[in-house]
Amino acid sequence: MSDPTPTEGTPRPVGHDTSREHLAAHVTNEAILDLPPEQSGFGEGNVGEVLLDIEGLSKSFGSVRANRDISLSVRRGEIVALLGENGAGKSTLVNQIFGLITPDTGTVAVKGDTTPIKDPKDAIARGIGMVHQHFQLVPVMTVAENMVLGHETTRGGGVLDLEAARRMVRELSQRHGLAVDPDAAVEDLPVGTQQRVEILKALSRKVDLLILDEPTAVLTPQETDELLGVMKELADSGTSIVFITHKLREVLAVADRVYVLRQGQVVGEVATRDTDARGLATMMVGREVVLSIDKAAATPGETVLEVEDLHVRDDRGLGAVNGFSLTVRAGEIVGVAGVEGNGQRELVEALAGMRKVDSGRMALGSLDLTRANPHQTHHAGIGHVPEDREKHGIVGSYSIADNLVLNEFDQTPYAKGGVRQFDAVRENAERLREEFDIRSSGVGQSAGSLSGGNKQKVVVAREMSFEPTLLMAAQPTRGVDVGSIEFIHRRIVEARDAGAAVLLVSAELDEILSLSDRIAVVHGGAVVAEMDAKDADRTEIGRLMAGDH
Amino acid sequence: MAWVQRNRTTLAIAAAVLVASYVFYYAKNDIAPSMFGAAWGYAIPLVLAALVGVIGERSGVVNIGIEGQMLLAAFAGFFGAAYSGSMIVGVLAGIGTGLIAGGFLAWTTVRWRMDQIIAGVVLNIIATGITSFYLKSGQTLPGVIPNVDVPVLGSIPLIGETFFSGRSAIALVAIAAAVLVHLSLFHTRWGLRTRAVGEYPSAADTAGINVERLRIINVTLAGSLAGLAGVYLSMDASSSFERGITAGRGFLALAIMIMGAWRPLRAFVMALFFGFVNAIASQLQQSGLGQGEGTGFFHGILGAITAPQILGTLPYVATLVVLALAAGRVRGPAAAGQPYVKKDQ
Repeated sequence: MSDPTPTEGTPRPVGHDTSREHLAAHVTNEAILDLPPEQSGFGEGNVGEVLLDIEGLSKSFGSVRANRDISLSVRRGEIVALLGENGAGKSTLVNQIFGLITPDTGTVAVKGDTTPIKDPKDAIARGIGMVHQHFQLVPVMTVAENMVLGHETTRGGGVLDLEAARRMVRELSQRHGLAVDPDAAVEDLPVGTQQRVEILKALSRKVDLLILDEPTAVLTPQETDELLGVMKELADSGTSIVFITHKLREVLAVADRVYVLRQGQVVGEVATRDTDARGLATMMVGREVVLSIDKAAATPGETVLEVEDLHVRDDRGLGAVNGFSLTVRAGEIVGVAGVEGNGQRELVEALAGMRKVDSGRMALGSLDLTRANPHQTHHAGIGHVPEDREKHGIVGSYSIADNLVLNEFDQTPYAKGGVRQFDAVRENAERLREEFDIRSSGVGQSAGSLSGGNKQKVVVAREMSFEPTLLMAAQPTRGVDVGSIEFIHRRIVEARDAGAAVLLVSAELDEILSLSDRIAVVHGGAVVAEMDAKDADRTEIGRLMAGDH
Repeated sequence: MAWVQRNRTTLAIAAAVLVASYVFYYAKNDIAPSMFGAAWGYAIPLVLAALVGVIGERSGVVNIGIEGQMLLAAFAGFFGAAYSGSMIVGVLAGIGTGLIAGGFLAWTTVRWRMDQIIAGVVLNIIATGITSFYLKSGQTLPGVIPNVDVPVLGSIPLIGETFFSGRSAIALVAIAAAVLVHLSLFHTRWGLRTRAVGEYPSAADTAGINVERLRIINVTLAGSLAGLAGVYLSMDASSSFERGITAGRGFLALAIMIMGAWRPLRAFVMALFFGFVNAIASQLQQSGLGQGEGTGFFHGILGAITAPQILGTLPYVATLVVLALAAGRVRGPAAAGQPYVKKDQ
């Protein structure tokens, strides 16, 4: 079952160019994909053999059918992408391959072996490695310790040989061009490096199949490109890769084949060279998706938000917002563009009343809100979609219904004389669930059990339903699937058209460019340029964001 | 040296205790040796019990049932020896009882995922109930735990006298256990896995380690050390079993574990520190300081402060102070107290 000639006769394109044109120019031998192994000439022991074969896999959690009759296969040296919205069942599927979840029915065959995979140990023994969405690294331990955990080299008597572990880390990191310091504590490393450790950890066991569960969600664009390069190299040397993502660009750049999952089922399988972003998005969501938003020209009214020379400190007590001034008028969307960490978080928190203002002034209409608390800013008419929805957006253990009245629960009609009115709460929830397309088993479901996109819809529904005069949306589509992104964007534009002032803070330049009517570029906690969105130039904004002004 | 760098706090405290000890030793030659003997004598069960806490929390299980484990073991050891007429049977009965109590705690908290605090409280209540109910007075031990003199080490002034000569076998086991647990925790495969399971169990799980099994084994085996601590109390430090003989030492051990930053050798030093404060307090109580004749305001204040009852609280006040100083500077195992639930369940 070994793979003697990893590069020769590989049915996937060799090369590291990630552009569409380049991939299209290569031929992924279609016949090989279609024919059973014995007929294609890539039989057992050859490059291109079927490494992983899943037949009729189903898994339910209570009444939720997470996976329904899923069948798929992965060949040696192939990169297969699993694409789907949040909650489509991708993670459940790969967790079954790795032995973390036991399937209800169906078989997972690895190299022809159909015995059920008992646990991760069993999966590792069969040559499966996995890089989890939430890193499985012990934060207080060093890189070397994490790497050997579970398959330690010992000097007899169970005494650890950490020197051997360090050597292994250095060797592996050199071989794969992923630099890490074996003696660094994992908790001190940036996320990108932690992920490198995760990948090296998986590679340190002999892996034939590497599963990557949303590996790019936490990476910067540069780190993402680096990762995609590593993936290609691995595939070229014969490792098969199953790659979960909902970013279409990455799928097109690196995958040979795509399985699209929707509501727990495989709804399509396609070779990447036969499709494009629009096609994939349509398969994923089940209908045509508008990747760029259509909106009418803004008709701004009077000034709603006025921020004057605002100074705010960050958690460490250092100046984060340094003399920020901006006005937002009714009926317009002002986008705040900037590299993350330039005071955006502190600005939004200060405006929402969550953070103390050092000096300066902010007002909503004629109302001074400089010293207001979150309760007061809400009742003054500010809707706030926070950046960290898990922490500030929802209470995970509360029901969807309760989350939808989180800021109004003590007001009529949701409470009368200090007694909560559950009928009104429920009615409100049912209406908003319908209106905002919150996919759940019912409004009594706990908000924490929803997928990322649906959690965000709960937050957006709550903050928009009371018709705020100012809607503040911070990173409104972070970690949200394509279908939900489109939906949330449309709602933001609708809020604007209904006369709300909208302050959009986003690290995604595309989002800023497609939604905003006016753009303010921040750097170092202050506005360095303001422009009409019509005159905005991508490169120019990029330059300003980088501090070149 | 990296090792010195890593353990500088422990080394500093140990050196301070040592220097203070020798100053004391040469300044007041008459009382010093007995005081150090008393300090270590008091520290022995605390060292053993703190190790139980360290092993438990390093594996992710908070054990507040150490008190109950010790009490049951003290009971089983004493009466086991008294009725069988054999000290060895008594010691084994005590250790075995510690193991069983540890197993009970492990099984209820890890396998059944019972709340760890409640399980520990239950164990303590059961222990108090059983040992009070079946208590029989008028029993005596058939012998004594033998003393062991360690050749070369025993002849070091003060240190040798205190730790290595004329001490019972249990005291030597306590020293050996602290060293052994420390080395195992930080230098063996078992230690690496144990720490992983106590810090971030899902990382251990995905690396192919059976989290529940390791936790059950660790908490159960640590019970033998609690058993030995109990045996020491009823069969060595005293030769009788009294109601509530553990007198809160199981809880003190948890404070020592925290003061020792969940590190066995540091906990050893802290237990010694605690024993030392205790010995000073009893010395002061005996000296009758401030309780002499005299009148007047200041004398009254002095008398109130140095009342034996107040002096008796000195060790606990010292614990509070050290814990307050340590607060926020030491960090325990992240997953201690949380049952591990796999994705599938």
